Amino acid sequence: MSLAGLASFAQASGIAGIAGIAQAAGIAGGLAQPGTAEAEEAVPSPRERIRRLYFPNVVLRTQDDKPVRFYDDLVKDKAVTINFFFARCEEICPLVTSNLAKVQRLLGDRVGRDLFMNSISLKPEEDTPAKLKAYAEMHGARPGWTFLTGAPADVELLRRSLGFTNPSAKVDKDLNQHIGNVRYGNEPLMLWAACPGQARAEWIVESVSWVMQPAAKPAMARG
Amino acid sequence: MYYNALGERVSRRRYREMLAAAKNRRELIAAGLHNRRDLFKMGLLTGTGMLVAKNGLSSRAWAQPFQQGPQNICAGAGLPASPPTRSFIVPLPIMPVAQTVSSLTPAPTIAPNTGAGEVRAAPHQAPALGFPFPPPKLYRFTQQAIQVSQSPDLPLQTVWGYNDGHHATSPGPTYAAHYGVPQLTRNINALPPLSQNGGFGMPSVTTHLHNAHNPSESDGNPCDFYEIGHFCDQYYPNVLAGFNSDHQPNGDINEALSTLWYHDHRVDFTSQNTYKGLVGYYLLFNQFDTGNEETGFRLPSFPQFDVPLVFADKVYDPISKQLAFDLFSLDGIMGDKFLVNGQIQPFFQVEPRRYRFRLLDTGPSRFYEFFLTDLNNLGAANPFWVIGNDGNLLPAPVQVQSVRIGVAERVDVIIDFSQFAGKTIYLENRLNQLNGMGPVNAGQCTDVNGNPVPTMLAAGQGNLLMQFRVGSGHVQDDSGNPATQTFYQLPSTDAEPRITRTFKFDRLNGQWSINGQFMDCHTFRFQVQQNSVENWVLTNATGDWTHPIHIHLEEHQILSRNRQPPPLAIERSRKDVTQLHPQERVLLFFRFRDWLGKYPIHCHNVVHEDHAMMGLWHVQAEGDDVLVP
Repeated sequence: MSLAGLASFAQASGIAGIAGIAQAAGIAGGLAQPGTAEAEEAVPSPRERIRRLYFPNVVLRTQDDKPVRFYDDLVKDKAVTINFFFARCEEICPLVTSNLAKVQRLLGDRVGRDLFMNSISLKPEEDTPAKLKAYAEMHGARPGWTFLTGAPADVELLRRSLGFTNPSAKVDKDLNQHIGNVRYGNEPLMLWAACPGQARAEWIVESVSWVMQPAAKPAMARG
Repeated sequence: MYYNALGERVSRRRYREMLAAAKNRRELIAAGLHNRRDLFKMGLLTGTGMLVAKNGLSSRAWAQPFQQGPQNICAGAGLPASPPTRSFIVPLPIMPVAQTVSSLTPAPTIAPNTGAGEVRAAPHQAPALGFPFPPPKLYRFTQQAIQVSQSPDLPLQTVWGYNDGHHATSPGPTYAAHYGVPQLTRNINALPPLSQNGGFGMPSVTTHLHNAHNPSESDGNPCDFYEIGHFCDQYYPNVLAGFNSDHQPNGDINEALSTLWYHDHRVDFTSQNTYKGLVGYYLLFNQFDTGNEETGFRLPSFPQFDVPLVFADKVYDPISKQLAFDLFSLDGIMGDKFLVNGQIQPFFQVEPRRYRFRLLDTGPSRFYEFFLTDLNNLGAANPFWVIGNDGNLLPAPVQVQSVRIGVAERVDVIIDFSQFAGKTIYLENRLNQLNGMGPVNAGQCTDVNGNPVPTMLAAGQGNLLMQFRVGSGHVQDDSGNPATQTFYQLPSTDAEPRITRTFKFDRLNGQWSINGQFMDCHTFRFQVQQNSVENWVLTNATGDWTHPIHIHLEEHQILSRNRQPPPLAIERSRKDVTQLHPQERVLLFFRFRDWLGKYPIHCHNVVHEDHAMMGLWHVQAEGDDVLVP
């Protein structure tokens, strides 16, 4: 398979990074051809810059075993929450997940309309869509809250890109100490922040509303 | 034409970046990182196939690959490296002195004028205590987007600043306030609408006057934020602590403040909004610290020889060359460009005489240790005088070869340039900090070759922050000699505390906490009794992290660090931010006087602060007995 072919295979199969590796191989191999100068690359908009830096468009699978692209399907044009967990985590995850379930109840039908909640598994090889579905049901998750798994490399890329990491390598590899914060943000408005997953649910609702309310369209039919 | 590995046409710039990336990659391989797969696993390859620039290596990237090895490699933090900029070709900008207005429309009201769009937590406390209303000095500060040049090698930057009606700047205009002259600032939010923040920043504000002995409703509490089109009238009484308690009617002169600053404090978004420019100085003069070197303590005259300096480290996007903020950092953000008064590495022409500099670290997360460096004589010690810690004059000047401050701390220093007449010298930060954890601790980690990474860099190897070009010849200098000066006495700390409270600063699965709890605008942790003495114990349970801890309303004195008197002479002082080092237990002394209302305690690494390492408390007539709030 040619490098270009490998890259398109990677794209098609949603395997992050292979395209990058192929490209890097080109860099090292000096495949670039000399020639005349051309117009400088267009400067990306701030929103586009954020997308490139933080939102790899990797393919994940939902608890309903549906493939979704991280940026295109989960983040783009939305207000969202994002956190990481794994189903068999016995330390912090049950606390955060039950807290987020309360957040969802408090927000009512705005979740799935004005806000989309995303919880991504840190043990993707173990957390199959079926296991995620059972986990979601156990916690009373309702529509608008998506539980996600995927290729381990893709999940790792997401974890790093979204900053769910620890600067100490020793702590970072200890899954029991994984980051328990909940990112909240509004993609088109370029508003991003985070709060502790164990913060009071009412306070998380209030925090999320700072980025959510502007996204709600006043003219939107609400019955 | 230029092509990448996929046979796609790319720009010349992109091609140059690819070549640079290939060079970086060869160096990394030379450092023992053998194949592409390793590089990818380490996150050194970005999604677009670029290698992460080496000095911008993200902690997120570094964290994974070294888990197998015995070495603990220092983790860098941050975004891809900024584009190159030249140093010391632009003169130091000086923030203009804030100008008053003759009146405000609508006129200020004691109760919040909600009908006119004012958002304030409570009626002004000051008028009922005999302060004039409206006060004799009025300011109208509009917070707005402005375009500034931060380096001739970068395009104009859109930042957020303050407009006093005469100048719109970032850092904002410098208040020159005087004790005994109360004033009121109308802080107006005229920031650009949502979706026009350029990539970061929340156009919702609350302006804190840092270190002021101010009533709660004018303090700029993080929870008292307001949206575009609204304003808040903030009453600054400029009064000494004790005026309404143990030193009536004028307060305790030994509580005099000198160097304050104002900054946005919007809960969860302070790091973005201050990084975007919402900071400024507030100097407070009195009959001793007069601003005139011929009177009082005879400190160098303001503004010619008394120069406020705002330090900030920032990152610029390598492609757009616009100011960039790491939206997804939980640890802290490290800039690779050093700004002084809004300009990257400026120079300052000085005369061979004494100057007073006020040094302020606005972060977001960096600690500095300032040295004077002569690049032609790196072995020279080049001492200078510290006269104030956190802007509070010390009992007497302390001569040092360096001074360290964390985010939000200030030091006032006297530099005598007569010893450098005709030379060029530098203000250099030699403290080594790689990520939001704080300065590198001794023995903490190694570089990729296994060499220990030092806490302090060698002379000339640190960050040259600004350049002083020292004139020659004789010039007038009527300022006092620091070697013989004395200032205020430290207020006594002999009083028995009504209560000793303990605050454990912790990190629970990446969630910053105080006593296991998180910031919440609706939860008050404890109640301080008005006009009482308390001792607070701050303990650091976060391992290798250092935190600059700030407490509003009242200054404190450090009684001990790990049960010993504070080792540094400059810490025998009044403070409003105390560095809490790894494994440390710090005991603080407070008198909470005069005002009522709500205030926070928080880490001033603004990234930690925004991620809930903060708690609210309040002062009421009756105190509670919560020992571990």
